[in-house]
Amino acid sequence: MTQLKAPREGYSEALIRLGERYKEMVVLDADCAKSNMTNLFKDKFPDRFFNIGISECDLVGTAAGFAVGGKIPFANAYANFLTGRAFDQMRIVVCYANNNVKIVGHNAGTSAAQEGATHLPLEDISLMRTLPRMTVIVPADSLEMEKAVEAVFQHEGPVYLRVGKLPVPVVTKPEDPFVIGKANLYQEGSDVTIISTGIMLSEVFKAAEELKQRGVSAEVIHVHTIKPIDKETILKSAAKTGRVVTVEEHSIIGGLGSAVSEVLSEHQPTPMRRVGTQDRFGVSGKMNELLDFFGLRAANIVNAVEELLEPVTAQ
Amino acid sequence: MNTSVQTKKEEELMAFTAEKLAHYTEFTKKIRRHIVKMTHKAGSGHPGGSLSATELLTVLFFEHMNVDPKNPRWEERDCFFLSKGHCTPVYYSVLAEKGFFPVEELMTFRNVDGRLHGHPCSEHCPGVDISSGSLGQGLSVANGVAMAAKLDGKSRRSYVMIGDGELQEGQVWEAAMTTPHYGLDNVCAIIDWNKIQLDDYVENVKGLADLAGKWKSFGWHVIEIDGHNLNEVDDAFREAKATKGKPTAILAHTIKGKGISFMENTHKWHGLAPNDEELDIALKELV
Repeated sequence: MTQLKAPREGYSEALIRLGERYKEMVVLDADCAKSNMTNLFKDKFPDRFFNIGISECDLVGTAAGFAVGGKIPFANAYANFLTGRAFDQMRIVVCYANNNVKIVGHNAGTSAAQEGATHLPLEDISLMRTLPRMTVIVPADSLEMEKAVEAVFQHEGPVYLRVGKLPVPVVTKPEDPFVIGKANLYQEGSDVTIISTGIMLSEVFKAAEELKQRGVSAEVIHVHTIKPIDKETILKSAAKTGRVVTVEEHSIIGGLGSAVSEVLSEHQPTPMRRVGTQDRFGVSGKMNELLDFFGLRAANIVNAVEELLEPVTAQ
Repeated sequence: MNTSVQTKKEEELMAFTAEKLAHYTEFTKKIRRHIVKMTHKAGSGHPGGSLSATELLTVLFFEHMNVDPKNPRWEERDCFFLSKGHCTPVYYSVLAEKGFFPVEELMTFRNVDGRLHGHPCSEHCPGVDISSGSLGQGLSVANGVAMAAKLDGKSRRSYVMIGDGELQEGQVWEAAMTTPHYGLDNVCAIIDWNKIQLDDYVENVKGLADLAGKWKSFGWHVIEIDGHNLNEVDDAFREAKATKGKPTAILAHTIKGKGISFMENTHKWHGLAPNDEELDIALKELV
């Protein structure tokens, strides 16, 4: 039985481990410490935790100041409010000023669940991807999240890290590597390349299994770093299979699907399909219901693959 | 949190000696000459709000800021953030005179291959502590540095200059709540209150009402001064340093375009460079 664990738990545990080792680490939150589980860091290191209040722009600006003051700040808030409201602050005092600030967007994707459309961040990756110097990281599960936090801390420069709230299957292994900018190849195949990011990896594994039953050999690549994207791995796999399906718990506009299509269309145009949320807002619902609602299931991935496999003349 | 306020009595504040006063009176004219010359050369830029901030920035950098021009990133330095980032003509002039880069470089202002961009860039320009240009962000950054300094037990101070029109940006007030909440008496906000913004008088665009009352009610120690009076400016920075338990806001009444007759008190010179003829007149007035 696959273990279920919330990515935010892995985030919080890693934060505390790093906090023990590195005194220059400080954590800021915008009145969501309980929900973001940064309150556990606060309990352990009260002098290095700062609740800036319900003010995301001030949060990001203050974090930039901490970086100028020689600290390594992790600025936490709900992903949509953080990336939407404080975009300009990230653009000017974080990225343009090249400050070593870690931006952590919580409640990501469908994990905001019943809060409804206002709270469902489906555009945050797109926004963060456009900022020069910003590294964008979207881990698959709690275990990969722990590795990601360590890598993010060690990385010199601005990073956006996307963290989900609700439990999802832990599908990566302790021995899997995590190198920023390097995609992980999970399964070799010859008919189609399925590229996923974030928590969709578990659905991709299910889809690959289903495709195998149907005699389709899928190559599975997990892209935890959407920016800088691992062009080499993507191009190599696309050259081998000739078909690409991207899968993300985020809008297909500007997210992983866009990033991969940019790489492919510039270097070797390849037929592709993008599984993700369409150009629309969300609704209230349980996370599982939302994954169905948005069409983010293994069955949707299988359908996208089968569309690509149909002979060109039949399309 | 310690909210007790200790301020020095006025008689304890040290006025400039006649010699020093004469020096800075001449020196600020020199800064103003740089401002009009560099905007003229560039063919664009923001002289109005630079001329209003001249005494404030001169006295701050030459009398109060603990910085090392030879080591701009010195970890013990005081920080300054030009939140009204468009006023680079005065900022660069003061940084150059302080020794962060050659004075001749001022004539490369806004050049594509130079490092003195239209708005300050901390990556390229020595002495600039943060990039700015999008209004409203400086105080948050000043708070962050001040919090880091408190955490490390360092005595470094954090200064930020905010325009009066800029106070219409909501983030300023988010940050103004943060500063006293964390007892950041190492933060000093300077409001260049020249009464004019890009389009019109501030009062005609979106008025500030009781500005001193606003800062006081947010928990700040407020000092209201004539921002062109060198003694008052110097005293204000001393009082800010001596004020413990809460941050200080210096509300400096200034004149936009100060020092050049045809630039004074008009929004026309917010973001306009003088032509050849206007430069000649300006330089004559600044002798």
